[in-house]
Amino acid sequence: MRKLLLLFIVLTTGVLFIARLFYLQVYDTSAAVLSESNAIKQQFEIPQRGRIYDRYGELLVSNQPSYDLMAIPREIKPFDTLKLCSLLNIDKEKLVKQLNKAIHYSPRHPSVIVPTMSQEEFAYLGEQMRKFEGFFIQKRSLRDYQIDFGANFLGYIQEVHQGIIDKQPYYISGDLIGRQGVEQKYEELLRGKKGIKYLQKDRFNRVIGPYKEGTLDQEPEEGKNIYLTIDSELQKYGEELMQGKRGGIVAIEPSTGEILALVAAPNYDPALMVGRERSKNYSKLDNDSIAKPLYDRALLGEYAPGSPFKALTGLIALQEGAISLDDRVYCNGGMRYGRGRTFGCHHHKSPVQMISGIAYSCNAYFGTAYLNTLNKYDTPQEGIAAWQGHLKSFGLGDFMGYDLPIGRPGFIPGASYYNKIHDYPNRRWGSAATLSNSIGQGEVALTPMQMAHFTATIANRGWFYRPHIIKKIEGQDTIPSQFEQKNYTTIDAKHFEPVIQGLNDVYNYGTAANLKVPGIDISGKTGTAENYAKIDGVTTQLTDHSTFVAFAPKDNPKIAIAIFVENGYWGSRYGGRIASLMIEKYINREVTRKDLEQWILTHTLEEEYAKPLSGKPFKINY
Amino acid sequence: MSRFTRNVGSFDWVLILLYLALVAIGWVNIYSAAFDPDTQAFTSMNNLYFKQLVWIFLGFLIITFILFLDSKFFERFSSVIYIGSLLSLILLFVFGKTISGATSWYNLGFMSIQPSEFAKAATALALAKYLSDIQTNIKTIKDQVRALAIIAIPALIIIPQPDPGSALVYAAFFFPLYREGLAASYLILGASTITLFVLTLVLGPIYVSLIVLVIALILFARNRKKRPSKRLYIGLVAAACLFAFSVNYIFENIFEQRHRDRFNIVLGKEVDAKSIGYNTQQSEIAIGNGGWFGRGFLEGTQTKGKFVPEQHTDYIFSTVGEEWGFLGSTLVIILFVVLILRIIQLSEKQKNDFSRIYGYSLAGILFIHFVVNIGMVIGLLPTVGIPLPFFSYGGSGLWGFTILLFIFVKLDGNRVNEW
Repeated sequence: MRKLLLLFIVLTTGVLFIARLFYLQVYDTSAAVLSESNAIKQQFEIPQRGRIYDRYGELLVSNQPSYDLMAIPREIKPFDTLKLCSLLNIDKEKLVKQLNKAIHYSPRHPSVIVPTMSQEEFAYLGEQMRKFEGFFIQKRSLRDYQIDFGANFLGYIQEVHQGIIDKQPYYISGDLIGRQGVEQKYEELLRGKKGIKYLQKDRFNRVIGPYKEGTLDQEPEEGKNIYLTIDSELQKYGEELMQGKRGGIVAIEPSTGEILALVAAPNYDPALMVGRERSKNYSKLDNDSIAKPLYDRALLGEYAPGSPFKALTGLIALQEGAISLDDRVYCNGGMRYGRGRTFGCHHHKSPVQMISGIAYSCNAYFGTAYLNTLNKYDTPQEGIAAWQGHLKSFGLGDFMGYDLPIGRPGFIPGASYYNKIHDYPNRRWGSAATLSNSIGQGEVALTPMQMAHFTATIANRGWFYRPHIIKKIEGQDTIPSQFEQKNYTTIDAKHFEPVIQGLNDVYNYGTAANLKVPGIDISGKTGTAENYAKIDGVTTQLTDHSTFVAFAPKDNPKIAIAIFVENGYWGSRYGGRIASLMIEKYINREVTRKDLEQWILTHTLEEEYAKPLSGKPFKINY
Repeated sequence: MSRFTRNVGSFDWVLILLYLALVAIGWVNIYSAAFDPDTQAFTSMNNLYFKQLVWIFLGFLIITFILFLDSKFFERFSSVIYIGSLLSLILLFVFGKTISGATSWYNLGFMSIQPSEFAKAATALALAKYLSDIQTNIKTIKDQVRALAIIAIPALIIIPQPDPGSALVYAAFFFPLYREGLAASYLILGASTITLFVLTLVLGPIYVSLIVLVIALILFARNRKKRPSKRLYIGLVAAACLFAFSVNYIFENIFEQRHRDRFNIVLGKEVDAKSIGYNTQQSEIAIGNGGWFGRGFLEGTQTKGKFVPEQHTDYIFSTVGEEWGFLGSTLVIILFVVLILRIIQLSEKQKNDFSRIYGYSLAGILFIHFVVNIGMVIGLLPTVGIPLPFFSYGGSGLWGFTILLFIFVKLDGNRVNEW
């Protein structure tokens, strides 16, 4: 017993120690994490963000140097607060607030105290920096806009917030990220990849050399330059034409799906989103709840498409065999249906066939074609499903998969929608209940982007590429594959010719006969959409929206375009005029009809937009 | 020379190889802990690892010298060595040099010598000599007091230097005393005292008193048939309660705050990473960072960043933990355990009492250093600054342990020539 005591204690201690080591080294891994944070410093090298060019290689967005005042809170020594404030041109509370925020983020890691100082501010401060221990200046690169338009599709860059940092570990506090537009959509290409250097620190937080001889370090990857499908000259022209108006223009090259112009009006100068005034400017734009300059009407506005939709109604009726080209429809100010109800129409030559029906925009003809289509089926449910199926094949009523981060699906109602609103099966509903769809009123809603898209699809005689804004990525031969895949609609190619002839006749003798462009064979369709707003709780009708779709030339079309002008009155008044100018600009590169151009440039709708806000009674549609 | 060569085969080569292995591993880790990529040539005396290498080679000279001496030398001159050692401790109060608060060194110009590192060997020799005397009977109170005096005198001189850590090591002599027949009641008393002490700090004196009372009642009830003395039980319970309350009093009123902090941190009552708990926390981070296989030689981030204070001396084991991982540190633990067990095994084989008692003293001293040092580094025991034998940087320490061990190697080697 006496011989065994020490032996026993020694063995027990050995086992206990090994168990403790197992716990510390193998079981509990928190030490390794702590070690990472106190012994290894990560130094980031942020690469230059990729530049953005237009389809012809015109530089739209490049970079400019900017300087951030940074601080590592625990390294700050007492300093002359007033002096620093006057150098930075900020007040003391602001400085204290920023410093507290930095301490809260991390006492050991650098935080931004004053972001994005200009070259001049930096030069002034730079000489004095050594007096402020713990502060330093970090150079970074900001966007430098070569253009003062296109803000809606370019987007902007901003500092990441905590929500992004939590979700995407690539970003750390102070990093910049693309928001909206192509800056957001192509963020990963544009930003490149940060370089990381791992440095070994000692217990005084001093760097004593590279960690693991730099074997873990990552070289920065330069951001890639990208080329957009945008024609910057056309875009600029479009934004000028839309001055003083609200709405959108979307122009697409039918043979490729490339977006040539994407105008949202009103728009703003993208340079407002850069520099120290950024947040002030942003708030100002964001707070404008009347004109809503940050609201991209071209992609987000869902409107009743109006008469241009008749082309689709005609195509579906032809495909379904519900009407033939020779069928005549008489129209005496409309068609009668149901129990003595009338589907009204304006005054025009009667009777009409498919082609003249489009040219005169006859409601009765397309109402008939629509009802014939639905009534071919045993139930209205089946009829509307067939109709919906054809429209879905155009990509309508859904997000279209284009490469911009925002959008709306529009609305193409199906049987389930009508079953619900009519309380089916307790009550029945007939196809006539959905008659307004035939002329693009009623429940259907499309965005200007979708309008341009279906116009391009008609111009192609039944096929399309998904609309997209990326033309080329530097160093890559291809663009994302979904934009190189050809899609076909359910309408046979032969049915498009008469419809296109009708659209062409709109210019020959129809509603846009006075908007011909010499030498260019345009096909198009006007639209006029009634709309209402609530003023002091009373639903009040406002001046009609002016819409217009067109493509040109008739054969081998180069451009398909949709225009939407809020409260622009009838289709050809604003929409038609702007479309013809845009088409002329794109195809001829020059506009000869200076009078027409002047008319659009000098006419604004501000007076119209002020009416509902004036608090006084007002007249519409004059 | 002839005597040495004749004896080479009789030295225990297991001990010698374990010694060489520990010294070598220790040096590699000192190299890592003291490594500075910016410094001068390897052979500069400014490099701690080069200095340690010099101490190691001088240690080999000391070994050779010890192995050349007559094995009877140590027994014969143990009193002289002991008294000389006491003198060297006392003279510190006159000529000593103060390093980090403790006047424990003689300054020899090119190096400092810490006599307390050598006093352990001297005390072990003196105790072995006294206990092995045919007239000494450890069962008598008189001889117990004398043996205690031999142990306590150097310890009492060391405490006020102040170096209570080094004095604590003298508790190791309990093991040879017990082996030689000290009553088991001392063992029980010692164990209960430590248990009561720790329990009082954790639970407070009132709960401890209640627990003692309950245990006493249970024991009394079970032994009823043997008619135990009621007075003895009452006396023991009263003593235990008194002890618990006085521990509380001493801890709160006589201990200094830094001592209290050290206990509280180990007991998990306090978490303070900035000041007092910093050493332990950094040491645990470094060890934890090692994982299964370690970060590799010179790759430990905590070691490179010099986060662990005193890493080349008292905290050298944290370097092993970080750079060689669980496997490396377990190997070191096993080497120490095997070394101590081998010493115990050899001690039992000794035919002469002097060698056996000395061997047990050696085993006890190595064990206390091993427990207190590694226990501190891995956060199981309070911070007490004593070195890890053969590992920690420092000439005196290394030589002190080398002398301790190789006297035993010499004594053991002579076993066959006894009679």
